[in-house]
Amino acid sequence: MLIDLVVRRSVAALILVLVARVAFAQTDAAGPQSRTRPTSSAVLPSEFEFAGSWAPIGTEDVQNDSVPVDYLGLALTDEGRTRALSYDESQKSMVERQCQGWGASYAVLGPFGLRISRQADPTTNRVVSYTIDPWEDWNGMTIWMDGRPRPSEHALHTQAGFTTGRWEGGVLAARTTHMQAGFIRKTGVPLSDQATIDWRFFRHDNVLTVLMVARDPVYLVEPEIISKGFRLSKTPLDFRDPCVPGYEGREPGDPVPHFAADENPFVDEFMKLYNLPREAVLGYRETLYPEYRKTIKDTYVPPPPCTEDCGVAGNFVRRRGPTP
Amino acid sequence: MGNDSRPLLAGLLVLFAIGVPGSVHAQQPSSKARDVAPIDLTGYWVSYVTENWRYRMVTPAKGEYRRIPVSPAGVPIINAWDPVADTRAGNQCKSYGAGAIMNVPGRLHITWQDADTLRVDTDAGTQTRLFRFTARTSSSTAKPTWQGESAARWEQVPAPDKGGSLRVVTSNMRPGYLRKNGVPYSERATVSEHFDVTSLPDGGGELLLVTTVVEDPVYLNAPYVTSPHFKREPDGSKWAPTPCSSTW
Repeated sequence: MLIDLVVRRSVAALILVLVARVAFAQTDAAGPQSRTRPTSSAVLPSEFEFAGSWAPIGTEDVQNDSVPVDYLGLALTDEGRTRALSYDESQKSMVERQCQGWGASYAVLGPFGLRISRQADPTTNRVVSYTIDPWEDWNGMTIWMDGRPRPSEHALHTQAGFTTGRWEGGVLAARTTHMQAGFIRKTGVPLSDQATIDWRFFRHDNVLTVLMVARDPVYLVEPEIISKGFRLSKTPLDFRDPCVPGYEGREPGDPVPHFAADENPFVDEFMKLYNLPREAVLGYRETLYPEYRKTIKDTYVPPPPCTEDCGVAGNFVRRRGPTP
Repeated sequence: MGNDSRPLLAGLLVLFAIGVPGSVHAQQPSSKARDVAPIDLTGYWVSYVTENWRYRMVTPAKGEYRRIPVSPAGVPIINAWDPVADTRAGNQCKSYGAGAIMNVPGRLHITWQDADTLRVDTDAGTQTRLFRFTARTSSSTAKPTWQGESAARWEQVPAPDKGGSLRVVTSNMRPGYLRKNGVPYSERATVSEHFDVTSLPDGGGELLLVTTVVEDPVYLNAPYVTSPHFKREPDGSKWAPTPCSSTW
């Protein structure tokens, strides 16, 4: 009788231990602060604080708009190249063309920061949208986060376009469509109204990296991919009015200023300034890949040593003419 | 043993029979970096040079350092750049160190050297970087190298979401160049990087984005931030190792 009692209690205790081990192991595996989590990892939030003032860091050359013909880093179609070479800066004096250079892509191609605010539903406090404020000609951007449907493809196209976003694994992903025909560089490199821009916003500590992937079936052979860094600003950034067209002396009916594409007087300016290959300056696809370097290795001659405006911390690229 | 004990014993036997002890071990999550990777960096990647083209694809003019926040101490070094002397001294890899290598146009081959060490080979300059997820004890006395010593950790988004990033901090580097034309960083520089992977739209493949912050108390007066990006390639058929060059 005594032996039987001992056996029964021992067996019950063993089962208890086993059940406890199973339960503990499951808890351990599921919990975010698992005991077995390697010390070499950390937890990221599934959403980060996007609102705030983000100052441009400016240590990368993404603008390429200091001279009229600089299509470095682009993969243009022949039609896109022809359109770009036919562009004359004087078009900006036409009311209907004044704002073409500051489309959605100028968020990363421009020199300014991002002042971002959050709009929430007052009853649920769920985010409805994020707004990036305008900055001197650029029209700003609203990123709709409430799952609203995209408009019909026949809906109005605007300079800013229509943008929706969602959180994907700690990254804000957004897409812009419904843009007016405009430029991907404000020196006249075209972007059609069929273009789409996908955005990814990554935050690491106080650095926001904005990735832009612009696709255009008309003017781009491959996507234009730009990533630009911004740093969280302790003070609110300034912001300005968006582009507002006004009369600048050109009358309705006046001819559109332009060049014949093969007679653009500035086509060689940038090439000569830096001894750059023609196909790179004119935006040929193959120039974006490492193999291209092999084809120019024996012909490329570095420009003479820099003697003026050679660099200042955070300064922008060289403008034409001597440094004042 | 009385008959009353038999159901308990039978239950115990069933628990063992269905392998409870084994399943307890199977449910232990691995602590190895390779096994808990929130993103897959392994494979071949090619530079897609849409930014800083003039500073990366060709050698810029001697003396030019636009967009790099160079300190006054760095300017004489820049103006004294002598690629022939660098080659003569065996320093032709100065522009392929950890402070610059992700910006050098080329291909990356990323593999797991072991379960806690991610290996990044570059065909440009034939360099190897090792990202260690476990601490090393010899760091304080190790001799500086072009690629330095890199401590890595995953930054993971918790379930139910998926995603994350690789953070790498590199130090103990030999002095090198941020650009081919001799813009310097010192042996006191550190490189902080985040590796992120994202899908290109509409089945366009994957993109690797490397946000890089170089800090140097000697030759920089502010962090130098770049974000080169790479497209995933299906295989290594275009892998083309080339040696370091001081001039190209």
